Amino acid sequence: MTNAQLSPAEQKLDNWTWFRMYLRLFAVQGAWNYETMLGNGIAFCTEPALRKLPGGIGGERYQAAMGRQARYFNSHPYLAGIAVGALTRAELDSVPPAMIERFRTALGGPLGSVGDRLVWASWLPLCSLIALGAFGLGARPLFVIAIFLVTYNIGHLALRAWGLRVGFQRGLRVADALGHPVLRKGPQILGMLAALLAGLSIPLAAREVIGSGRQFSAMIILLAMVGGVFLTRLGRRVEGWRLSLVVLAVFVLFSVIR
Amino acid sequence: MMLIDLLPIALLGAVLGMDVVTFPQAMISRPIVAATVAGAFIGNATLGLTMGAVLELLALEMLPFGASRYPEWGSASVVGGSLYASQQANSGGALAAALFAALVTALISGKSMVWLRRLNASLAAREHDELVRGSGRAVTGLQLFGLSADLVRGFCVTLATMTLFTPLTRAIVASWGTDARYSRAIVVAMVAAVSAGAIWKIFHLVSKARILFLAGLAMGAYVLVTTT
Repeated sequence: MTNAQLSPAEQKLDNWTWFRMYLRLFAVQGAWNYETMLGNGIAFCTEPALRKLPGGIGGERYQAAMGRQARYFNSHPYLAGIAVGALTRAELDSVPPAMIERFRTALGGPLGSVGDRLVWASWLPLCSLIALGAFGLGARPLFVIAIFLVTYNIGHLALRAWGLRVGFQRGLRVADALGHPVLRKGPQILGMLAALLAGLSIPLAAREVIGSGRQFSAMIILLAMVGGVFLTRLGRRVEGWRLSLVVLAVFVLFSVIR
Repeated sequence: MMLIDLLPIALLGAVLGMDVVTFPQAMISRPIVAATVAGAFIGNATLGLTMGAVLELLALEMLPFGASRYPEWGSASVVGGSLYASQQANSGGALAAALFAALVTALISGKSMVWLRRLNASLAAREHDELVRGSGRAVTGLQLFGLSADLVRGFCVTLATMTLFTPLTRAIVASWGTDARYSRAIVVAMVAAVSAGAIWKIFHLVSKARILFLAGLAMGAYVLVTTT
C-alpha cells in the first residue's frame, strides 16, 4: 500500500509502532484482575500508538486517552487485538470520548463469547487431541510437542495479527468483522473434527500410557466410557479432575499401607 | 534431588506457569508440552510425555474460560513430568504418585493465581488516581508488576511442591503394594473417563457430534485391535 492510500490515522503509525503493539498483545493479561480485568492491558497495548496523538507522551490528549483505555474491559485475550486496533483508531481519529466509552462497553461481551467458543472450546481441544493422537500412535516426544505447538500457534498468532489489523481498519465499525466466516462457522466445524478425533485419540493415548498392560485396553476403554457417561450425568456439580484427585489419594493410601 | 537441583525445574515451572495467563499464552504450558520438557530436563523426555498425555486428558475438562477459576496446569505439569521422569518407568506407583503430586500442585497453583489477581486489583486500586489521570508510567508499572509477580508465583509454587513431593514420591514408590499393571490401568481408566466426559460436555451441542465421536471410536478400536 502506498502512503497516499493510507488513512490519516494509518499514516501516523510506523512499522515499529505496529510491531510494539502486536508484541504487547501477548502480555495483554499481564495485570489481569477481578476489578478492571483486561482494562490495564488494553491501555498498555494501545500506548505506543497513543504517543502519536498531538502533544505526544504526557500531552493532554495522550493522558485523556490513556485514562479512558485503562478502565474496565473484558474480552477473549486473542481477540483483544480487535479492541486494541479499533480503540486506537478511534483515539487517533478524535472520536468523541462518550462514543468511545459506549463502544468499549458494547465490544467486550461479543469478543469474549466469540473467542471462548472459537479458541478455548474448539481450537485448543482440537490441537490437544491431535497431539494425543500422535502420542497414541507412538510418535516421538519432539514430534508430539512440535505438532501441537506449530498447529496451535499458527491459529493463535494469525488470530492476534488479524484482530489488530481488522480492528484498526474498521474502527468503530469493527462489529461487522465478528461475522467473518471463520468466527461464525469455525467453532461448529472444529467441533465436528474434534468429536471425531476424540473417539480416535483418547483410546489410543490410553493404550500408549498403559504400555506393558495392553491386555487391559478393551476393559479400560469400556470403564472410561462408563465413567465418562457418569461424569456427564453429574454435569457441573463435580469437576472430574478434583474427583480424580480424591480417588487418587485414596488409591495411593491403599497401595502404600496394604 | 538437592535444593540446587530443583532450581532449574522451578525456573521452568515459573516460565511455563506464566504462559497460562499472563505471557505469551502460546500454550507451552499445556501438560503435553510442559511435562515433556520437564522430563527432558531430568533426562527422560519419553516418560515426561507419558505424564503429559495423562495430564492433558484431565486438562481437557478445565479450559481457561475468562474469569472462571481453573487449575494452573503449567507448573503442575512441570512437577508431574519431572517427578515421573526421575522414577523407574516400570515401578508400580510412579505414575499414580507423580500424578497425585501434579494434581495437588495444580490445585495450589490455581489458588495462587486467584491471590495474584486480588493483589493486582489492590495495586490497581492504589494507583487509581494515577490511572484516571492517564499516567503511562502507572499503566506500564502495573503491567510489569503483574508479569513479574506471576513469574515469582510460578517459581515459588514449583519449588515448594517439588521440595515436598520429591521425597514423598520416592517414599510412596518404595512402599507401593499394588501390581504395576493394575496401578497404571486404574490411573488411565480414571483420566480417560474424565476426558471422555469433558469432550461430551464441550461438543454435545455440535451437530453430528455423537455420530462422529462413535465413528472415531470405531476407528480407534480398529487401530487398537490391529496393532496390539
